Amino acid sequence: MSVGIVPPLAGSVATSADLPPSDGGTRRRPSVKWQLLGLAVVWIVLYKLLDGKWPLESGVPENAQAWLQDFSSTIGDGRLTNPLFIYVLNPITDALQAAYDGGVWITQQLGWTGMTGLATAVALVLAGWRMALLTFLGFLSFGIVGLWDASMETLVLVAISVLLAVIIGIPLGVWAGLSPRFERFLIPVLDTLQIMPSLAYLPFITLFFLIGPPSGIVATLIYAVPPVIRLTSVGIREVAPESVEASRSLGATARQVLFGVQLPMSRRTRVVGINQTVMAALSMVTIAALVAAPGLGQSVVNALVVLNVGAAFNAGIALVIMAIVLDRVITAASRRVGSAPPPRRSRLISWGVAAALVVVGAVLPAVIPALAKWNAAYVYAFTDWVNSLSDWAKHNLYPITTAFTEWFTTWFINPLDSLFAGTPWFITIAMWTALGFILGRFRPAFTALFCLLGVVLLALWPSSMTTLTQVIIAAAITMVLGLVFGVWIGRSRWADRILRPILDAGQVMPPFVYLIPCLFLFGPTRFTAIVAAVIYAAPAAIKIVGEGIDRVPSDSVEAARSVGSTTVQEIVKVQLPMARPIILVALNQGIIFVMSMVVIGGLVGGGGLGYDVITGFAQERFAGLGLAAGVAIVLLGVMLDRISQSAGRVRRTSSDLA
Amino acid sequence: MGISRRKVSAVGVLAATAALLLSACAGSASNSSSTPAASGGSGTAASCGSTPITIAKNAWTGYYANVAVVDYILRTKLGCTTKISEINEQVAWQGFPTGQVDVILENWGHDDLVKKYITDQKVAVDLGPTGNQGIIGWYVPQWMADKYPDITDYKNLNKYADLFKTSESGDKGQLLDGDPSYVTNDVALVKNLNLNYKVVTGGSEAALITAMQKATDNKTPLLFYFYEPQYALATIKVARVKLPEYTAGCDADPAKVACDYPPYTLNKIARAAWVDAGGPAVSFIKKFNWTNDDQNSVAADIAAGKSYDDAAKAWIDKNQAKVDAWLQG
Repeated sequence: MSVGIVPPLAGSVATSADLPPSDGGTRRRPSVKWQLLGLAVVWIVLYKLLDGKWPLESGVPENAQAWLQDFSSTIGDGRLTNPLFIYVLNPITDALQAAYDGGVWITQQLGWTGMTGLATAVALVLAGWRMALLTFLGFLSFGIVGLWDASMETLVLVAISVLLAVIIGIPLGVWAGLSPRFERFLIPVLDTLQIMPSLAYLPFITLFFLIGPPSGIVATLIYAVPPVIRLTSVGIREVAPESVEASRSLGATARQVLFGVQLPMSRRTRVVGINQTVMAALSMVTIAALVAAPGLGQSVVNALVVLNVGAAFNAGIALVIMAIVLDRVITAASRRVGSAPPPRRSRLISWGVAAALVVVGAVLPAVIPALAKWNAAYVYAFTDWVNSLSDWAKHNLYPITTAFTEWFTTWFINPLDSLFAGTPWFITIAMWTALGFILGRFRPAFTALFCLLGVVLLALWPSSMTTLTQVIIAAAITMVLGLVFGVWIGRSRWADRILRPILDAGQVMPPFVYLIPCLFLFGPTRFTAIVAAVIYAAPAAIKIVGEGIDRVPSDSVEAARSVGSTTVQEIVKVQLPMARPIILVALNQGIIFVMSMVVIGGLVGGGGLGYDVITGFAQERFAGLGLAAGVAIVLLGVMLDRISQSAGRVRRTSSDLA
Repeated sequence: MGISRRKVSAVGVLAATAALLLSACAGSASNSSSTPAASGGSGTAASCGSTPITIAKNAWTGYYANVAVVDYILRTKLGCTTKISEINEQVAWQGFPTGQVDVILENWGHDDLVKKYITDQKVAVDLGPTGNQGIIGWYVPQWMADKYPDITDYKNLNKYADLFKTSESGDKGQLLDGDPSYVTNDVALVKNLNLNYKVVTGGSEAALITAMQKATDNKTPLLFYFYEPQYALATIKVARVKLPEYTAGCDADPAKVACDYPPYTLNKIARAAWVDAGGPAVSFIKKFNWTNDDQNSVAADIAAGKSYDDAAKAWIDKNQAKVDAWLQG
């Protein structure tokens, strides 16, 4: 079933006909396959007949823009008079600013020795010796790359955002896990928070929370809170109903069931959620830098302005290391909480060592003043090394990469783009509605109709079709990579060990860092936008698929092996079908992550809605356009997600029946 | 970071504790890494006042050059403390009514913001030109102008459209556009001048510069939208394409534009209350005025990896007379 998920995503154009015959699910439902083929034929014929007829122009209705403009002036004027500001927003702003200043102040008082000691001690007590060593080396590396202060600023910003995300997210996630009705309400909200590009609403956040760390924290929080909510709720629902029933039958109250059974048994999933939240928060630092929030994001932005790939990479490395340390320590700590506590003696030793680390670290600068600041002589920045590598690549690889870009654009991007944008808009909408109907009956059909009509009403049709083309291609590549590498890391421990840091890097390395090399290699083109989206989205898809494969009970695999299945059969017939619910999560996250890169794509030649959002952010008089384009991105994302999810579910029922 | 100390509201344990920590040790938090040498001149703060001057820093190299020189002079010659606030160009204006930004050092027009913050709200004032002239236009790499001398006139562009074809522009020539922060009339221009070209959106300054660097290094054709002053033009040689001359009002209707972009007089914008308070810093920034070449030389140093202070110092040492004139009473 490896490619079974892809066709609905790749549109109905040609891929559905290329399905390998080994695809068990589709063989049982030939009608869907033939319907898709028929749809593709009808669509292409209509395109050939009506190409370019009844075009829709872009542009936001004047009144919407004027209204947004007035709204932003009203907010600006009300800051000192409006009760909402005086009693709610201004105190929040002050509290966030104070929390940030306080955090930075602590890191400065402790100095690099104290902070390294403290972090190592925390890791030691919570997660053991190996994690303590990792943390120690990680913190030292912030000094080594010459970015100690910026790293601490980012750490404080991310810590506050994640703390708030957990405080807000876990209760909401528990509620959603217990109440399907609340979950139905919450899911579209979370989708919107994750897909809506932050640049579209950033100018409005600064109106509420002023320029600086508070706005940076709020923007980070908005983007980072959905994963912890989603996975907390998934975790609660995953708890085996038998366990819940059992404790209920013993007379436990709902409260006792929640705290005694559901919460403890869903810890692993919840921690995955917190980790994803940390990653999301770290991925926001460059955006936060645009509203004067300090930290590594500013190092990246400053380097980008002078096209210094090396310096940007350097800051990116610090971010990646921070992400790896946080991820591993949190994961290890959560595993420990569940297992039996270590013997008292070893606990005492680690507490003692931890205390010693903190004290020594904090006192050291007082004894040896030279240690108060990181010595510049011990800085080894990657700058020059990366710059010469990127220079080499741009002079030697470009003929190949340029040719490949041309080829890919001519054969994949342009045809799909013509089909979506060239066919009259109402036919394109009808085709998408039909596609939704074939794959999932009324619900996705209605969603597609509603979302695309919304795009028409926003007067953003041409931009939206440009974006839709790129998103579909990027999501398809993401899922292919997700399935191939996901199966690999799910089946092989060493593949997991080797690939995981690379995947973390792909998720956390700010896209700004690799945009310049991508531009040198592929030029400002739509293909570059697709590459950037895949670099960011594929790691998440790979990790989630890997997790799903890993969780397939080993006795099922054993059973298949004992009846003489080949490795391919084992993967295609057993592991992938059994991991399908989690693969659907990977598909959902893959699409969402691709959508969240639309704006970055706009920076490197993607055009479309991404460029509209950037324009809205860059020029205040286009703020209305930016916000409208943000909404259009959400509409497209929701449509793609619902259609592909229902496609996955249809196929599941068909194979379950068999 | 001064904001939090402006008003400490008791809204929770977190805020209260953190604020206590802060007031207990006020000042140590303000030396963040964004101003690497900010503490340099704090000893002689008397003439400048003790409140830090917040300079908005927008993300382009020319602006960085202005920041480097102005910040260096404020700290070392006038004994001011400064705070550099790295922020998006247009969001920076929001800092005038809130007191979070004191001065913007290179403003490109922005009639809408001028109206809102200077004319209507009166929270900001124009501190006069920086001396830099902003030019927006269409360019080709110098090697193309050498090889096809008549290419620099828009009337001949159709003749060369084939050269500029890419997979992005299909059967038309590609005009690479780009930075969303600036005004562009290019779609209308292409249409109204009957050019067989398609505007392709590069999307950022980085996209434009990498493209022109590539076109220059590899001698590949490229027609693109760009602007001056820009330090990249010090190393990448380009030629401007002549468009129908700009006359006042010829760009009034965005859909009917068929003329070149107007020249921009770049200026400084400051917070009204800060200017009213007066002092040597205000008078210095009012007088700050230099040429595109001055700015490009500092910007090129910064782009080459020099620290802001070193780049500023190198230029100041060579241009002491200009600096003295800015600082005269």
